Amino acid sequence: MKNDIVLAGVGGQGILTIAAIVAQAAVSRGLNVKQSEVHGMAQRGGSVSAHLRLSSAAIQSDLIPAGSADVVLGMELMEALRQAPCLGPQGVLIANAVSICNIEQYPEEEALLAELRRAPRHLIIDAESLAKQAGSARAANMVLLGALANCLDLDQELLSDSMAKFFASKGEQVQQTNLAAFRAGAACRASA
Amino acid sequence: MSIRLLLGDEALAQAALDAGVSGCYAYPGTPSTEIMEYFQSSPEAARRNVQRSWSSNEKVAMEEALGMSYAGKRSLVCMKHVGLNVAADAFVNSAITGSHGGLLVAVADDPSMHSSQNEQDSRFYAQFAMLPCLEPSSQQEAYDMVSYAFELSESQRVPVLFRLTTRLSHSRANVRLSREKSPERELSEPEDARRFILLPGIARQNYARLCDQQADFAAASASSPFNCYIDADDKRYGIICCGLAYNYVQEAFAEQCPYPLLKVCQYPLPQAELQKLFKECEQIMVVEEGMPFIEQQLRGPLANPRIKGRLSGDLPRVGELNPRLLSQAFKLPLAQIAPESELLRQRPPRLCDGCPHTNTYEALNEARQQFPQAKVFGDIGCYTLGALPPHKAIASCLDMGASISMAKGAADAGLQQAIAVIGDSTFTHSGMTGLLDAVWQDSPITVIIVDNDTTGMTGGQDSMGSGGRLDDICKGIGVNPEQLKVIVPLPKNHRENVQTITEALAHQGLSVIIARRECVQTLRKKVKRA
Ligand SMILES: Cc1ncc(C[n+]2csc(CCOP(=O)(O)OP(=O)(O)O)c2C)c(N)n1
Ligand code: SF4
Repeated sequence: MKNDIVLAGVGGQGILTIAAIVAQAAVSRGLNVKQSEVHGMAQRGGSVSAHLRLSSAAIQSDLIPAGSADVVLGMELMEALRQAPCLGPQGVLIANAVSICNIEQYPEEEALLAELRRAPRHLIIDAESLAKQAGSARAANMVLLGALANCLDLDQELLSDSMAKFFASKGEQVQQTNLAAFRAGAACRASA
Repeated sequence: MSIRLLLGDEALAQAALDAGVSGCYAYPGTPSTEIMEYFQSSPEAARRNVQRSWSSNEKVAMEEALGMSYAGKRSLVCMKHVGLNVAADAFVNSAITGSHGGLLVAVADDPSMHSSQNEQDSRFYAQFAMLPCLEPSSQQEAYDMVSYAFELSESQRVPVLFRLTTRLSHSRANVRLSREKSPERELSEPEDARRFILLPGIARQNYARLCDQQADFAAASASSPFNCYIDADDKRYGIICCGLAYNYVQEAFAEQCPYPLLKVCQYPLPQAELQKLFKECEQIMVVEEGMPFIEQQLRGPLANPRIKGRLSGDLPRVGELNPRLLSQAFKLPLAQIAPESELLRQRPPRLCDGCPHTNTYEALNEARQQFPQAKVFGDIGCYTLGALPPHKAIASCLDMGASISMAKGAADAGLQQAIAVIGDSTFTHSGMTGLLDAVWQDSPITVIIVDNDTTGMTGGQDSMGSGGRLDDICKGIGVNPEQLKVIVPLPKNHRENVQTITEALAHQGLSVIIARRECVQTLRKKVKRA
């Protein structure tokens, strides 16, 4: 099996947390992983992206070849659109329906949505509302993780266990909320 | 056998621990910072009390590491590529003295300049200093190479340059750790200890020996387990892949490269294999991450048309490589990619909400309005972002420490109200010597040290001026205490701060203002930990 995932967002949104949870799950199943991250300059409210590759065979490049990703997960609308060209023909575009307008001339949200919907397989989710329903808006990333889980060849259980391990020190309440958020995300289906 | 998911930087650090290193010396710099951070968070390093605190700058770090090597122990020094410019004097001369305990100089290059001023390639430095250079192609190789590199350093009695690039430093992969651990070395005297005294008479002998050793370094490359020749039938191309570039070639050809391929991860170049490639193949494609280091040598001044790569235009002259660029170079079928949306806007990094630098720039911008000629010479750190809107406050950013020296030079030329803005870590890195010059001539410049009590840009490491020590440092350098002011950059102090800066700008000699308030990110981390 092989899954190539591009994660995109704005510095501080937590794309590396999602990447780390998925990567750990894959390693625990004995898969090969390569996860390329952006550190440093780009962290302060700028665009960030990470490439995450999971495979049962050896992985060569740390970067996913353009136009071949299985999933693009954008934690913000414009950043999702920025990475959309990474997608392969069968790829799924998951976008969090949130705009972070920390620049001048941020595009119209409707226009962004219209372009994102052009991806043959897309899923635009309001992760924050779903997270709120699950118990806390702070679990929005776990909603997105759940949505991502649908598109990977990894057991959902494996991923939710990895998530639980990651937040092991946070107490029962947070764990419950995260799990509910994860499930809410996993219940969302991409347009086919 | 244990397998861990490690960054290239972390694999190197763990390997050094496993190889019995006694000290890691470094100044932070993306993408090398995580090497030292791994040491600092490693329980094993703490248990063994491995030396692992930050140094003032890269030159100091290099010298400290050489000192540890002189005393017989294995040591590691880490920096980003431009840090090697700062350490160059020590580095180049350490090739002449040679080392004793194994000494690795790990330098992380940043092609595409993700967080740097240039994309210089450290292999040039290895060649210039006439030292062996290793360049891993994967995280596993970064791990495996370290004990080999220490042995090479000890057997050849020279430092070894260990070149990393961003995509290896900052990419995680499964790494198989060795079960064997080397013990740390005992103190020992270098044989022929006089070689460490570079008086001309001794240096000449040392240099002659270093020249003789080149053949040994070449022999080591020829038998290196990290260089290999993979033969194939189609001889229209022969490919030379350096370090990480090997992976992109393999990816582009889906691991079925039809052309003979020479993978180079240890320099100097393995000659016999290079000759074989040249003899058998029509054209040579040189694939290297960074500058066209090998390509330029092979191409020569007559631009040999058989040599392809970044200089021939088959690959882009600048920036990082990726699998698609290789597919293009070899005319392989390309995946369709949608054009970039026209809606997209650049989203550059910016100062955090509540950042003290914001308040400093607001006060400075207001104060300087009365002085139409005023120019602000900037420096390197988060505060460089003051160049962007809304502040648009700085006129230059060159290298660490340049703000004060450039302001002095401009003042020497007659520019009035030459202002330097420099961070606390940058100041102790290389701003203090410039300030000493300004003190000596009482140059009419205003130096604003933005003291956020940390090295913010690289993630919040301690700086040598942390803990409010800069006032004493400035006084010690000779700044007139009456012209040394401390302000607290907060919105409520705006009026007062504008006043203080205005007075400093009006002063006819040197004045220094320390704008002191902690970085909000560091503060947040401290609160979290408490
Ligand atoms: C020679 C060199 N070494 C390291 C770096 C990486 N680097 C960039 S800015 C910086 C330090 C910034 O700290 P400080 O001056 O305190 O400013 P702050 O970011 O905290 O505002 C470092 C280490 C560099 N650019 N050049
Ligand atoms: S990290 Fe600290 S110094 Fe840098 S922009 Fe943020 S608050 Fe300012």
